[in-house]
Amino acid sequence: MKQVTPKAGRAARPRARLAMYHTLLLGSVFAFWYLMTEPLLWSEEAARNTAFFFGKPIVVLQKTWDWFASGRIYEHLLVTLIETLLAFVIGTVGGLGVGLWLALSPTASALADPYIKAMNAMPRVILAPIFAVWFGLGILSKVALGVTLVFFIVFFNVYQGVKEVSPVVLNNARMLGASSRQLLRTVYVPSAMSWVFSSLHTSVGMAFVGAVVGEYLGSSRGVGYLILQAEGAFDINTVFAGILVLTAFALALDGLVSFAERRLLVWRPAQGETEKL
Amino acid sequence: MSPVPALSLSKITVTFVAGDAAGKAYTAVDSTTLNVDAGEFVSVVGPTGCGKSTLLNIAAGLLEASAGDVQVLGRPLTGINRDAGYMFQSDALLPWLSAFDNVALGLRYRGIDEAVVRERVEEWLARVGLQAHAGRYPHQLSGGMKKRVALAQMLILDPKILLMDEPFSALDIQTRQLMENELLELWSADRKSVVFITHDLEEAIALSDRVVVLSAGPATRPIGEFTIDLPRPRDVAEIRMTPRFVQLHTEIWHAMKNEVLKGYAQSQHA
Repeated sequence: MKQVTPKAGRAARPRARLAMYHTLLLGSVFAFWYLMTEPLLWSEEAARNTAFFFGKPIVVLQKTWDWFASGRIYEHLLVTLIETLLAFVIGTVGGLGVGLWLALSPTASALADPYIKAMNAMPRVILAPIFAVWFGLGILSKVALGVTLVFFIVFFNVYQGVKEVSPVVLNNARMLGASSRQLLRTVYVPSAMSWVFSSLHTSVGMAFVGAVVGEYLGSSRGVGYLILQAEGAFDINTVFAGILVLTAFALALDGLVSFAERRLLVWRPAQGETEKL
Repeated sequence: MSPVPALSLSKITVTFVAGDAAGKAYTAVDSTTLNVDAGEFVSVVGPTGCGKSTLLNIAAGLLEASAGDVQVLGRPLTGINRDAGYMFQSDALLPWLSAFDNVALGLRYRGIDEAVVRERVEEWLARVGLQAHAGRYPHQLSGGMKKRVALAQMLILDPKILLMDEPFSALDIQTRQLMENELLELWSADRKSVVFITHDLEEAIALSDRVVVLSAGPATRPIGEFTIDLPRPRDVAEIRMTPRFVQLHTEIWHAMKNEVLKGYAQSQHA
């Protein structure tokens, strides 16, 4: 154990250094932004023009802080997060189910193939107004848009995952007496899961896109709505504050997916992995 | 010879339809008959690409023969062979299950009470010397350990017939001899019928009661059968030095040589 400790210390140091660089990079971007929008390096007029197009970092942070301090953002953030999560969950479960079904049923797959391809090729954001007509301006139309975005990503990954199941592993399970249900549970689904997880990172982002674009096109609540309102009033600082909040929460959701992935896919060999004793 | 063989393949022919060239079929196995008695250890040797694995897949019920008849314990085989355990050449363990869960798999498929499953899995892990590694996933195990897990995974179900497709060919020679001895020890405990596919004649002689030599593919068929009268119990490393082993080896190799050369020539022209 004694010999391991300094090694672990050495391993921790580059990570800390990397975190420091990350912070430094973010800090310099904000510093550059600040310098360009204040009359310090160039004329007051130039700074004012820049601030008109890009906002002022201090004001953007102030706005963000005010939203949380006054609690005004929570209502909107909650709506956006609910839409995102619903789209994410429904899209993922749907993609998983349909992916498994089509991958295991050649006839259904052959029949559905051209339609799946067509629907995937369609620019789905254009469906947003149609969903608004079908489902109204509430949460549902945004969820529907998010689902169409998430579904195909997960679907294609599950389909591929099932197709790539090792035939030897499959035959082994069959020889051990697995029924078709048991094959599905113990071979197909776990095999597809590693593909699904790699797609979930993209899916989370897409679910957010669905929610925000939906809100942007017509809603009365949500962060997308806040951004739209601010844009209408040329309040560029609030627009940037909205973007900042959305980015932070998308990152947090992505972190949750990574966490679940690490917990559920422990069986997967990592590159150059050595066990710590 | 007992009246009813454990496994009986009679006049098996397997023809694959070549996907790209229509009408051009490839006959892998041609009118092959092979009987395995209860408790008999039979090795099937032949040059590479001669359809040995195809024959085994027929016996397992994973593949259907184009013509011929498969009987298991006197009954015709339909679907998967439930009386047989299969050990594959490449890694067949489920990579998302730990060693413990891999060994438990067959029992769990059969819906056996979990307490019984735990007890029997622990017993089998101990028997193959892997108690300390029960919680590990296949990628954390060495090649020899994986083979032991696969062996336990198969034997825990107590199949009457063992079908083994070059199970140790990927192992280094020392590990391989250890595994061969372990297999013989496990086998001698309750003499199951074994069909052991290999391209290694020495391995075949050291392990078996009988060695069947197959011709080079395509249209493989048996060209010779040799009874191995070496005394048991055997140590696979030591038995290779005995005069009788050398004599048998020479005899069988003589029968095989032409086929091996033929197979090699075909692989050169292919």
